[in-house]
Amino acid sequence: MVTVIFIAIASLIIASAVLVVISREIVRAALWLIATFFAVGALYLLLEAEFIGVAQVLVYVGAVSILILFAIMLTRQHERHEPAWRAGPWWIALAGVIGLAAVLITTIGAVPWRLTDDDLPVSRAPQLGTALMREYLLPFQLAAIVLLVALIGAVVIAMEERRRRTPTLADDIAAQRGAADRAEDGTP
Amino acid sequence: MLDAYAFIGVFFIAALVFPLVPLIAAWRLRPQRSTPIKRDTYECGLEVTGGTRVQFKVQYYMYALAFVIFDVEVVFLYPWAVAYGQLGLFALVAMSVFIIILVFGLVYEWKKGALEWA
Repeated sequence: MVTVIFIAIASLIIASAVLVVISREIVRAALWLIATFFAVGALYLLLEAEFIGVAQVLVYVGAVSILILFAIMLTRQHERHEPAWRAGPWWIALAGVIGLAAVLITTIGAVPWRLTDDDLPVSRAPQLGTALMREYLLPFQLAAIVLLVALIGAVVIAMEERRRRTPTLADDIAAQRGAADRAEDGTP
Repeated sequence: MLDAYAFIGVFFIAALVFPLVPLIAAWRLRPQRSTPIKRDTYECGLEVTGGTRVQFKVQYYMYALAFVIFDVEVVFLYPWAVAYGQLGLFALVAMSVFIIILVFGLVYEWKKGALEWA
């Protein structure tokens, strides 16, 4: 039963991940990426890592995907149906993928995974909290510093952007109206 | 564990099927006659002008980023809150330091005027 569910979730992950790569519209690629995040969350639940699964949905599906979509909305528009980047020769990509797969598979094979026959506790969030407050207190506080750096860095970059006064929605509409009016005036 | 999620799985499948059934039914039942006017983008009944893609204000991104930062904070708060009974005063101090560091970022953003909608 578990194997069947795993195969179902894994094929969802692989299918949506492939669609991320082959989607021509960048917004569609982003939406498929959200589907991938969600399926990975289901995989965590299957591993009985409930808290990680919920955190995956909360942070990746809820927050990171919003950042990605906003980043797409903020970028200057490209011509429709034209990919935002030019892909190199396909054999470079293939070599890269095979190399990465080889590294990952050998690494996973080399790690001495610890197996246990004991029943796992249903909820491990309390253990996680205790570990954060004891063994991992310093990394935990460093995480706060990393988040602070990210926030301040984004403010600095965004304020710089704002000073250059990028056109907004209202400006764009005004410009389009102006262009349309001028075109109408030109024809008698 | 799996049994508990089987129930959620049933809801998930129902949530997928529920919108799909009317969509497929509508697609099967409707007449398939397409005209240029029918395929036109709907824009409050007016004639469509300009492209659909416009650049959004950078403020949206600032709010989204602040949201992500404090969303991650919530992920840390949850295991802390659940384990708090076993940890005591030290944990309160440790979490306060964590939150104060992040609040400093919020104050910085606020003072810089990044949250202003001008």
